[in-house]
Amino acid sequence: MNAWLLLLPAAVLLVAFTHYPILATIRHSLFISRRNGTEVFVGLDNYRSMAADPIFWKALINNFWFALGTIPTSIALALLMAVWVNRNMRGRGFLRLAYFTPTVLPMIAVANIWLFFYTPDYGLLDQLRGLFDLAGWNWLGSPSTVMPCLIVMVIWKEAGFFMIFYLAALQQLSPDLEEAAAVEGASRWYTFRRITFPLLMPTTLFVAINAVINSFKLVDHLVIMTKGGPNNASTLLLYYIYEVAFTFQDSAYAATLTVVLLVLLSTLALLKFGYLDRRIHYQ
Amino acid sequence: MSAIKLDHVSKHWGTMRAVDDVSLTADEGALLVLLGPSGCGKSTTLRLIAGLEQPDGGTITIGGADVTGLTPAQRKISMVFQSYALFPHLSVAENIVFGLRVRRMPRAERETRLKRVADIVGLGQLLDRKPSQLSGGQRQRVALGRAIIAEARVCLMDEPLSNLDAKLRHEMRTEIRALQQRLGMTMVYVTHDQTEAMTMADRIVLMRDGRIEQNGTPEELYNRPATAFTARFIGTPPMNLIAQGERLVGVRPEHIRIVSQDGHAARVRTVEHLGADSIVLCDISDQPVSVRQDGFIKASPGDDIRLAWDASHEHLFDKESGRRLETAAGEARLVASG
Repeated sequence: MNAWLLLLPAAVLLVAFTHYPILATIRHSLFISRRNGTEVFVGLDNYRSMAADPIFWKALINNFWFALGTIPTSIALALLMAVWVNRNMRGRGFLRLAYFTPTVLPMIAVANIWLFFYTPDYGLLDQLRGLFDLAGWNWLGSPSTVMPCLIVMVIWKEAGFFMIFYLAALQQLSPDLEEAAAVEGASRWYTFRRITFPLLMPTTLFVAINAVINSFKLVDHLVIMTKGGPNNASTLLLYYIYEVAFTFQDSAYAATLTVVLLVLLSTLALLKFGYLDRRIHYQ
Repeated sequence: MSAIKLDHVSKHWGTMRAVDDVSLTADEGALLVLLGPSGCGKSTTLRLIAGLEQPDGGTITIGGADVTGLTPAQRKISMVFQSYALFPHLSVAENIVFGLRVRRMPRAERETRLKRVADIVGLGQLLDRKPSQLSGGQRQRVALGRAIIAEARVCLMDEPLSNLDAKLRHEMRTEIRALQQRLGMTMVYVTHDQTEAMTMADRIVLMRDGRIEQNGTPEELYNRPATAFTARFIGTPPMNLIAQGERLVGVRPEHIRIVSQDGHAARVRTVEHLGADSIVLCDISDQPVSVRQDGFIKASPGDDIRLAWDASHEHLFDKESGRRLETAAGEARLVASG
């Protein structure tokens, strides 16, 4: 009895804010709401119309490219920067701080800074282009460049954050290991490949899971910078859910889309716990 | 040729002189122990020999070749770290052959060598395990295996036994010494444990504050300590030093007898029974003196006893400088008998 009482605060929070909302969302996705507030059971009708919705597929494919563009690059950059600042050098503290700045800045401010970079004609990028007598370009207004522009910004924002995790992990590694490898004649690259990187795998996995979740979570920048446009070229799944729920007020369809997002993320979680964890060495 | 020679080697960090003008030679095939209290510079000296630190002055030669500017790998040495530095994600076998793989040795030869080394260090059954699945002694053996598989002529050991329990430490001590002699390696062995030094070494270099306090064979350090510091460091319990005016009179506990008359008056403080012998801790005019006696001594705290020793067993040191005084009467006799 006492044990259950001690569990109660955590259990209440989990049930109220995680488990119940998930079940409610799944239930909600099987109904449609009438204007008068009543709900009608429609089975899988919502899912059928979702499968026929071109914007849903567009958002899903966009999200796939967005994830592919941001995750590997930001992780690689984070690792590179962490290895670089993980040694004694002048201005190390300043460098570490500089890398971490994007994480500290409020997201709305970040979006506005980048909005200025990408502004046609007098934005930073176009002014640079102007130096080479190139015409202005509407970076965020062209379907061909809007996605790469967002990807670059997100990499800039995420890499510094992930670097902190890598830096912490690197400092946990005993310097003896590197020295032992050096005595055995291993080059720095060999040591990195066979010793350091494998020992950082738990961090890499953690960072990768975070990166995937973040790539499905991005909303604020889209609201400020593109509103999903032009022609849905920058609509990501969660932004579409936000639009359906709060702009189109179709909560049943939003619930259906949310279920898809949930399934995607829980599949990834299962993959982590079921497969990857067994192949990674934990200290 | 694998003799190691340090010539006026120094290393400092800021104003801290970690290693201060150290010169020493480890003969080919010999085991040289760097002994001293923590912070005396013995580990730094070893790291300088390994090439993990660069000296601020002086030269280091291995087998006659100047290696001062070379990387650890170029010096062709092997090393055992205090923490063992095993790669936690690699199996025992992978750990041992790590260096061979770095040097791209063909698989067949790698396997042959691995088998031989696994037999030597007794790890044949454990090759597929990860280091975390091994006991402390087994990890120590993996580190040893990794050090000897390359068949380097020089092996450096940094307090390799300090993480083991007393019984295992005693076993491994014998084993490492036997291995070193069997393979004919030149070994530099760092420890703060004078028992390890006395039992294993061909030559002991006792260090203090980055400088060499005394460099000699175990017998020399025991029989003719050059300073009061050495006298206090060697022996269990160490030499008693009794102040007499400007001098310190040193007598080893095993050279003191309990007598019924004459000698010095002393009062017993405690008695430690070790089985084969007993250590009696007493005071001679408020200066602590320990006495080693065979068997089981029946004395209790507060007893008044009398202590005596032969003049030939006295070591005299200058109280100010701590240096040995050669004027003692017993000196000539000691040299003649030793």
